[in-house]
Amino acid sequence: MSISKTDQRIAAAGVTSADQELMREQEAARIRAGALQRRAAVGRLAIRLVSLLIVLGGWEYFGRQTNPILFTYPTAVAQAAVKMIASGELWKYLSQSLIVLFAGLGLASVFGIALGLAMARFRVIDIALDTYITALYSIPSVALVPVLVLWFGFEITAKTAVVFLFTFFPIVINTYQGVKNVDERLLEVGRAFRCGERDLWIHIVLPAALPFIVAGLRLAIGRGLIGMVLADLYTAITGIGYLIARYASTYRTDAMFVPIVTLGILGITLTSLLRFVERRIAPWAHQAGRE
Amino acid sequence: MADAKILIDRASKLFLEGTVVAFRNIELSVRTNEILCIVGPSGCGKTTLLRCIGGLVAPTSGRVLIDGATVERPRAGVAIVFQHFGLLPWKTVAANVAFGLKVGGAPRGETAERAEHYIKLVGLGGFENHYPYQLSGGMQQRVGLARALATNPEILLMDEPFASVDAQTREVLQEELLGLHERERKTMVFITHSIDEALVLGDRVAVMSAHPGRVKEVLPVEFSRPRDASAVRADARYAELRNHIWSELRPTAVV
Repeated sequence: MSISKTDQRIAAAGVTSADQELMREQEAARIRAGALQRRAAVGRLAIRLVSLLIVLGGWEYFGRQTNPILFTYPTAVAQAAVKMIASGELWKYLSQSLIVLFAGLGLASVFGIALGLAMARFRVIDIALDTYITALYSIPSVALVPVLVLWFGFEITAKTAVVFLFTFFPIVINTYQGVKNVDERLLEVGRAFRCGERDLWIHIVLPAALPFIVAGLRLAIGRGLIGMVLADLYTAITGIGYLIARYASTYRTDAMFVPIVTLGILGITLTSLLRFVERRIAPWAHQAGRE
Repeated sequence: MADAKILIDRASKLFLEGTVVAFRNIELSVRTNEILCIVGPSGCGKTTLLRCIGGLVAPTSGRVLIDGATVERPRAGVAIVFQHFGLLPWKTVAANVAFGLKVGGAPRGETAERAEHYIKLVGLGGFENHYPYQLSGGMQQRVGLARALATNPEILLMDEPFASVDAQTREVLQEELLGLHERERKTMVFITHSIDEALVLGDRVAVMSAHPGRVKEVLPVEFSRPRDASAVRADARYAELRNHIWSELRPTAVV
């Protein structure tokens, strides 16, 4: 609908009645848009379901024709999953890994956002540190795992350090970029209204940087999952990495796929959770341009 | 000039290590409670001049004075309406309008009350909880105007505020600004590239030329107030003034 036409009518014909009319039209448009979105969502869901059926069906068909030591098929994985969930085995090992993941991600978020903000705010810190940040971000993080083992041993501290290492840099870099990308014009608006430094950050810089920071967290989740499994495999073998390694070494391919599929589901869940939170706290970043 | 609210005293502004001259040796005064329109082609430095008055940039040489004091930073009692609206996308209409008051440290109750008053004044009652992206360009600029007015400024600096709204909305907004000026007298500096807009709104029109920016001429516009825009446009002196300004601008117009 054209808001601007209604806008002119309000201006020309006085406020109250035209105002109500506009609000009614907006209400109607909101309902229409909602219906359209629901229909689109149902469409997306249908495509995903069909795609899933085809992929699982194909996997089932070809999986059954392969040696069960080398490969498996969905129904076998599902059966193994039921057993592992019922016995509490899956949760036992998954929870060990999740503690590491959330501790590492949590620390990386706190320190990463803080360092990103500090670098964006203070030139000295920026110039002093940016080379190291870029260098450390460029080195494949896995190359540093043996160093972390030297420093932190094999237990949960070392594992958390690995996840931290994997997730810290994207958060720092995105936070920094978010602050640096704040619209100059809005900063000028802030200065024109005589904002102090504190107000400038609270009202303009931080909200503007928020979508960047969340994007950094999204990247970090993906890398954090890699770090989590890597830590399980490269330090004391525990957690979900242990499950994979154990079932792989005993040729229980069907059970081995249970933790692997779980990791995929975990990635999807965490990412969509973050997207949901982002929509709640930063509605402007998504809805612009939507009718 | 005893009644000069704003005085621009041989101000120049150079950019990029002096290679680009925005404007040079500008002498201009704005009287208390008048609307001074500044009209000129792109590149004449009119927006930069406005930012100098607002204290957002300092002139390279010369001075800008408000009430006899040199402007060194954004002052209390001066508000700017931006061409790009400059609304904060993460704030609702109500929060945007209250922004200047809030950062200015006004008490919470007074802030809400004044914001509400100015939202109604610009005809946006009922839209308090909308976000800028939910509004048309014309409505967004009403928010920008309400935000500036809410701080109760003595001086309103307007940087081509209606340049990015469509022609009809623009005329409506001009009429409303005239009405507003009748109710709340303020000193206004209004930048525009539209000769028509300058003549409809201004008590005086400063004509600028580009490369480097200079004030060529300051013309009094003596249509009586309260003003009716269509009556102004129908007036014989309007056509005369319009032709005169156009002949001043034509040599510098970029085709």
